[in-house]
Amino acid sequence: MLEALQLECTRGERRLFTGLSFALSRGQLLRVAGANGSGKTSLLRIMCGLLAPSAGELRWCGKSIRSEREEYSRNLLFVGHLNALKDDLTAVENLQVAAALGGKPADVGRMLAALDCFGVAHCAELPAKVLSQGQRRRVALARLALAPTAPLWILDEPFAALDVAAVVELERLLASHLASGGMVVLTTHQEVAVVAHAVLRVDLDQQTAALLAA
Amino acid sequence: MIRALGWVLRRDLLLAFRRRGDVVNALVFFVIVVSLFPLGVGPEASQLRNMAPGVLWVAALLACMLSLARLFAPDHQDGTLEQMLLAGEPLVVLVLGKVISHWLMSGLPLVLMAPLLGLQFDLPADSLAVLCVSLLIGTPVLSLIGSVGAALTLGVRGSGVLVSLLVLPLYVPVLIFGAGSVVATANGTGAEAHLLLLGGFLALSLVLAPWATAAALRIAME
Repeated sequence: MLEALQLECTRGERRLFTGLSFALSRGQLLRVAGANGSGKTSLLRIMCGLLAPSAGELRWCGKSIRSEREEYSRNLLFVGHLNALKDDLTAVENLQVAAALGGKPADVGRMLAALDCFGVAHCAELPAKVLSQGQRRRVALARLALAPTAPLWILDEPFAALDVAAVVELERLLASHLASGGMVVLTTHQEVAVVAHAVLRVDLDQQTAALLAA
Repeated sequence: MIRALGWVLRRDLLLAFRRRGDVVNALVFFVIVVSLFPLGVGPEASQLRNMAPGVLWVAALLACMLSLARLFAPDHQDGTLEQMLLAGEPLVVLVLGKVISHWLMSGLPLVLMAPLLGLQFDLPADSLAVLCVSLLIGTPVLSLIGSVGAALTLGVRGSGVLVSLLVLPLYVPVLIFGAGSVVATANGTGAEAHLLLLGGFLALSLVLAPWATAAALRIAME
């Protein structure tokens, strides 16, 4: 479904990685590993289409993602390291806007169910600015629990700032998404069960080492 | 597409309602600038009448420019802009929604306030009417052109100054024909030509500006 062909990323003067190729098909999880500054977030942003690779191409169902931008975006759910919450909107309103922009139904019932999934249903009517860091992360991740979901999830450090209960819930969600034929790309420094079974792994440290040697 | 546009509008209006201070700021600036002129220049009616169109239009233009900084920067900071770029809807539509809400919050209050302020300058009724119409056609152009500048300077240090430099030359024709329409009414030559030109600017910027803004946003996010 998702194919990367000889991706290269250059930020400023620095070449982060080059000649990176992989393919992701239904039911697979790809874990991007690497030290801080090795280009994990850049790779994820390239995979979203937010950043253009300096060389190479990404293909979704055989077509370049940059030529089929809207079509690709409809199949994609991205949770970045920013929570994408408006401080002055309530948790429900934030979710509603996210759902509507993703072309999904935005009725309050669905939003509450998604918030409940991450145990933040009691914060539904609170403005995001009064929520704690962990609660904000949970609200941001509640987008994953919104049905119907997109087939491809791209998650940047989804486990950061979460407590044990939320980590368990997120793992359950990831597992069921994979089981139903979804695809997940994520970066994490934590060792979690579902990630340990990752079918694919891209290690940017090796890339860095190869580039330094060259 | 219409649904996404509606949601962007709804979101931005709700945010503006929750942060009323920001909206009031631009309006208060407009009122203060315009009200200070009669006090500074003196109460001679004919002189005030002559300068009224220029003063009102310049103040409206500056008030509109002040609020440009809030058009995309907050969304850029909290990551919601990123999500808009990844929405399954054309970015142009979402940009248009944001520009419309910007105009509703910064342009429309000025249009409604202008006749009241025009009275301070002893403007006759027909001039007041033309002033309102010219602002009604002209302020959306200011928002549209401003959105391109705001998108181009997103995430740049000193973007406030830069946006003025970028946008002001493009604002000048709007200012000339906007203020000119009121002067023409006062002279008795009629404002139709000026207003038609303003309408032309609006049509042109409505077609071109959202595309330019969308392209600039994509570049800014890289």
